[in-house]
Amino acid sequence: MAALMEAKGLTRHFGGLRAVDGVDFRLQQGEIHALIGPNGAGKTTFVSLLSGRIPVQSGTITLADEDITRLPAHARVKKGIAYTFQITSVYPRLTVFDNVALAAQSAGALGLEAQVAAALAQVNLAGFGGELAGNLSYGHQRLLEVAMGLALKPRILILDEPTQGLAAGEIEGFKTLVRSLVPATTVLLIEHNMDVVMDLATQITVLNFGKVLATGAPDAIRSNPEVQNAYLGGGDDAEG
Amino acid sequence: MSLSAKPLALHLGLIAVLFAAQFMLPSYHATNVSRIMVLSVFAMGYNIAFGYTGLLSLGHALFFAAGMYGMGLPIWTLGWAPVPALIAGLVAGGALAGLVGLLALRTAGVSFMIVTLMFAQAGYLTLLYLNTHTGGDEGFVVDSAARMIAGFDLSTDTPRYMAALILFAIAMLICLWLVRSPFGRVMVAMRENEERSRMLGYNPFRVKLTALVISGLYAGMAGAAYGMLFGYVGATFATIQYSILPMLYVLLGGAGTVIGPFLGALLMFYLIDIASGYTTAYLFVVGAALVVLVLFAPKGILGTIRERGLKWLP
Ligand SMILES: Nc1ncnc2c1ncn2[C@@H]1O[C@H](COP(=O)(O)OP(=O)(O)OP(=O)(O)O)[C@@H](O)[C@H]1O
Ligand SMILES: [Mg+2]
Repeated sequence: MAALMEAKGLTRHFGGLRAVDGVDFRLQQGEIHALIGPNGAGKTTFVSLLSGRIPVQSGTITLADEDITRLPAHARVKKGIAYTFQITSVYPRLTVFDNVALAAQSAGALGLEAQVAAALAQVNLAGFGGELAGNLSYGHQRLLEVAMGLALKPRILILDEPTQGLAAGEIEGFKTLVRSLVPATTVLLIEHNMDVVMDLATQITVLNFGKVLATGAPDAIRSNPEVQNAYLGGGDDAEG
Repeated sequence: MSLSAKPLALHLGLIAVLFAAQFMLPSYHATNVSRIMVLSVFAMGYNIAFGYTGLLSLGHALFFAAGMYGMGLPIWTLGWAPVPALIAGLVAGGALAGLVGLLALRTAGVSFMIVTLMFAQAGYLTLLYLNTHTGGDEGFVVDSAARMIAGFDLSTDTPRYMAALILFAIAMLICLWLVRSPFGRVMVAMRENEERSRMLGYNPFRVKLTALVISGLYAGMAGAAYGMLFGYVGATFATIQYSILPMLYVLLGGAGTVIGPFLGALLMFYLIDIASGYTTAYLFVVGAALVVLVLFAPKGILGTIRERGLKWLP
């Protein structure tokens, strides 16, 4: 099956540091693909290359067989690749409504108010529209970040540690939400919380030191000795 | 949004007050207010770039002067009629802003300030250098025959006041509409968090260039009207002072508010007017006022009022 998005030999070094080092990666339409790996493994850098936030040094990225390696980030968003930030990046001095409206109107939404209300309801933030985003709790800002991603109506939604800072109850709601998105939307999920990963993911890729350590179905990944060594059993915490 | 009635009422109310004021103000003050209204249009344009989009330009005198010369030169050298000349001024301001933006918007922050400043300085020196065509630093007087529109002599008090008011009203209502439009929201987004806006699919360069061109259109229109209404075109209007003035108006009145530029222009104009009656060091008074402002109300008068409760203020 042809991949929706494919990366070949993707590379990004920071000085001598090989943050992403020749990664091959395929994202299939409709899957929930988890990207895991220890802190500093290069996960955020890798998806930043996919979304265009950081320029690629070498390698190629295709979206539905179109080469988008050199496309600027804003143009990739228009093509349906949405990225939600690991470090919350909302507009703190604007209202929650305006935050989501900016995403919705970028997607060319008709009936802005309804679109915004729908996205906020999806993350259980209905009724918060009038608040300043900066006044929300950290967890709610994370959810706002997700709502902005949803309002973009993306083909591929990249979530960078979305459950960080969420309460247990909110995590359950979040899992339900992500499941409801597929297969219409394809989800690429960076996540440290292994329960969330094992519950949601239909495919997992493990990064370590900028390289792909393993990729496959959850069961195969769980029983892979290399992965256990480097990550799962390696004493690294599953925070969140 | 039922709230939108309130801002509209406020802005229409201001226009009504200014209309009524001409019948009550003595001639000296009526002329002052005419000037203030035209300078407010300039400041509104500055506010679109600086207050809403976050582009701190030090070169807006260039766009003001472009409008003034764009209007004045065709009249002076080609004998154009006033309306096409005013349109030429408007276009000149926007076009020059677009040109400067194409280059200057490759930079940001302090570099953007410096690059716009240098462009404005280059424009000023060009006016002096081409003195046979531009009148150099003496400038030139706009022919009084070219200051008649539809039978109204714009060199006389009432038509001049009305012309300034009409321009002011149109400019303000367009600004109000713009900042409440989806594009207005994107301008603010660019100011607040450029990286986020990029990742929402907005091209920062294009958004900023558009805002700068709109800003230049305002400045150009104001420059053209100023030359037409007060009858003089000169290179002093291209000096750095005229880049600083709209910034001061905006800072004083409240950056990112629609009425702020007018309020700032009104107060600053009279502050200078009154201070210069007492001392030749009136710029010192202006400086002191600014220090107080930055220390105690960094968001300007209306910005502070908005923060303290009038949340709906656009
Ligand atoms: N802009 C940058 N300049 C220099 N080094 C960077 C930059 N961004 C990331 N790095 C480094 O690249 C490596 C990979 O970082 P990255 O943020 O991609 O890891 P990650 O897998 O997302 O980690 P975490 O789980 O902590 O979020 C780290 O060592 C990091 O310090
Ligand atoms: Mg990361």
